[in-house]
Amino acid sequence: MEYFLNEQQQTLRSLARKIAEQRILPVRAELDEKEEFPWELIREMASSDLLRIFIPEEYEGLGGGCLDLCLVMEELSRVCGGVAISYGANALGALPLINYGSEEQKRKYLPDIASGKRLAAFAVTEATAGSDAANIRTTAVRANRHYVLNGTKQFITNGGEAEIYSVVVMTDPARGSRGASALIVEKGTPGFSFGKKEKKMGIRASSTRELVFHDCRVPAENLIGREGQGFIIAIRTLDRSRPGVGAQAVGIAQGALEASVEYARQRIQFGHPISAIQAVQHMLADMATQVEAARALVYAAARTIDAGAKSFSEEAAMAKVFATDTAMRVTTDAVQILGGAGYMRDYPVEKMMRDAKITQIYEGTNQVVRNTIALELLKRKAMRE
Amino acid sequence: MNVVVCLKQVPGKFKIEIDPQTGTLVKGGTDNMINPFDMNALEEAMRLKEKHGGKVSAISMGPSEAKESLREAIALGADEAVLLCDPAFDGSDTWATSHILSLGIRKLGQPDMVICGRQTIDGETGQVGPELAEMLGLPFVSCVSRIEEVAEGHVKMQRMAEEGHHVVEMQLPGVISVVKEINVPRLPSLRGLMQSKKASITVWNARELGVDVAMVGSKGSPGRLVKVSRPQRSTRQELLQGSLESQVEQLIGKLREAKIL
Ligand SMILES: Cc1cc2nc3c(=O)[nH]c(=O)nc-3n(C[C@H](O)[C@H](O)[C@H](O)COP(=O)(O)OP(=O)(O)OC[C@H]3O[C@@H](n4cnc5c(N)ncnc54)[C@H](O)[C@@H]3O)c2cc1C
Ligand SMILES: Cc1cc2nc3c(=O)[nH]c(=O)nc-3n(C[C@H](O)[C@H](O)[C@H](O)COP(=O)(O)OP(=O)(O)OC[C@H]3O[C@@H](n4cnc5c(N)ncnc54)[C@H](O)[C@@H]3O)c2cc1C
Repeated sequence: MEYFLNEQQQTLRSLARKIAEQRILPVRAELDEKEEFPWELIREMASSDLLRIFIPEEYEGLGGGCLDLCLVMEELSRVCGGVAISYGANALGALPLINYGSEEQKRKYLPDIASGKRLAAFAVTEATAGSDAANIRTTAVRANRHYVLNGTKQFITNGGEAEIYSVVVMTDPARGSRGASALIVEKGTPGFSFGKKEKKMGIRASSTRELVFHDCRVPAENLIGREGQGFIIAIRTLDRSRPGVGAQAVGIAQGALEASVEYARQRIQFGHPISAIQAVQHMLADMATQVEAARALVYAAARTIDAGAKSFSEEAAMAKVFATDTAMRVTTDAVQILGGAGYMRDYPVEKMMRDAKITQIYEGTNQVVRNTIALELLKRKAMRE
Repeated sequence: MNVVVCLKQVPGKFKIEIDPQTGTLVKGGTDNMINPFDMNALEEAMRLKEKHGGKVSAISMGPSEAKESLREAIALGADEAVLLCDPAFDGSDTWATSHILSLGIRKLGQPDMVICGRQTIDGETGQVGPELAEMLGLPFVSCVSRIEEVAEGHVKMQRMAEEGHHVVEMQLPGVISVVKEINVPRLPSLRGLMQSKKASITVWNARELGVDVAMVGSKGSPGRLVKVSRPQRSTRQELLQGSLESQVEQLIGKLREAKIL
């Protein structure tokens, strides 16, 4: 379908595809098997400017928006969802700085993120605070010109590999979610260490780790926005990043669809390719239709954000839910079309199915994201009455 | 260190059609790309520039679509790009191609080094590099797999040999051809790609190059393609008949006959 991408976006998309096919494809199975962080690929993406695209031009970026980021996420995910999220989580970590950071903070960190010299990550989740993100227990106590952090974040993508962490902590626990604040914590700060690296079902090339803060002193100027804004910064940041997860899902589903079509044309049963069987054809037709619908919704949500809409929680949530549920369905069907081969690691679709699952869970589970959609829907209706 | 890289645009998707009348390749299609070995040549030129300064010029003889390949070279970091293009060049053999390229390189101004690919993936003759060197009156080393050092007036390299490699020194200026083992070509950057869209590609025709059109093209080329044919497929199929046991017997007999068993 025609999505009216501008010249730079078309170029960006084909560049991302080139990187995915030439560099990621040959190593994706090995990265998955070994659970290895794709440093070499990240460096290659950096030298191709892919890490610059979502950073404003004033800070050595290329000033692209949500759609540009989605195009890259989609193309990388079409080949490997794990490498893609390592790229995506970096953008997620940079978003609070881009949107809420002070001039000095932007100048200090964004050029390094743009060049790929330092990776970023975003940390909200804790053992007690998953869907209930407001229930975070990590505290930051102001002591003169510093904050002193104590607590543990879990399941943090790019944990250990990133150098710049946007961390949501409690500066005033008595005030509940209004007592949360966002702070930048750099790797290497005394009192900041990394806990265990998780062993995962999918996206195994990515790193997911605990961040452990033990009397970790962070300069007060590392506060993003004002004290008490942490929770709102987290929510707004997720609103901006959810189309990216949607794009990851579209890419994974697209990869699974292509693998299915290819296999169906080759696999002979009952004397003809299984692609001649109508039951298989209809599965392929449904897969293709769903992927295209998901793509259209993701791009539309991304464009709504890029157009400067004031509120876009609902659009972003819809794109995330629809695309990620689609990816789960399409990758499951892909495994079905490949039959026993689909279940084997020699073929790529079982990995795609494992990778797809996480997209329904992170950046808000699809249940929680549906809550957001319903809330907006009902709020709007109530406001009209 | 000024380096000229010779780039040929070749078909990216291979569904080779041979014109039965003329016996030549039917060209066309949209999936053109830079000959893969020439990507290695360009990468090596870029590395020489990064290490020793100077500039990289990309040159190609071909139809106007080859501008796209030259644009790609610019996106990858080439400083200038020249297309040698004229209807009279159509159907040139390797001698004529090398002749045209040599005039183009002369017109650019003598570089310190000319780098070619080892061969193309369509013509596959591997003749252009050495012919070009001869015509430019320069020394030539083929199949270079590593440039060890570049010093005043000479270069020390490894070239691939059947077993192991040779270490050779060549005086500069000179011409080399490279194998794919020499490097992994970089990918372009988004900024490079966007800038290359606006870059201007110099085009020189026969007159501007001073090419005697009687000496090039399908008429002027000394080489004549006599015949191109597909190799005969010699797979014979035979369906064995009879009961399973007798089929197994027959199969064993046939495998013995063929001295496989
Ligand atoms: C691989 C991976 C990477 C991650 N990366 C990051 C990261 O970089 N940064 C970060 O901060 N976090 C990250 N997370 C955390 C992730 O966002 C959370 O896991 C997610 O929000 C769900 O929280 P939970 O795991 O605690 O599940 P829970 O909140 O315990 O949910 C369990 C189940 O209950 C359901 N549920 C809970 N509450 C509700 C409700 N109100 N309505 C309906 N259903 C509900 C959920 O949908 C789910 O099905 C990552 C997680 C994983 C697995
Ligand atoms: C089977 C066959 C069919 C042919 N059909 C045609 C035809 O239909 N029409 C036609 O015009 N010619 C045809 N030719 C000849 C064609 O022009 C040659 O391909 C050309 O002369 C270059 O030779 P090559 O491809 O073998 O290059 P090689 O000698 O293998 O190339 C070595 C290196 O020389 C350089 N180089 C080669 N060609 C160029 C170039 N054009 N510009 C810049 N650098 C270059 C590159 O660095 C390359 O890596 C045919 C040749 C063959 C063998």
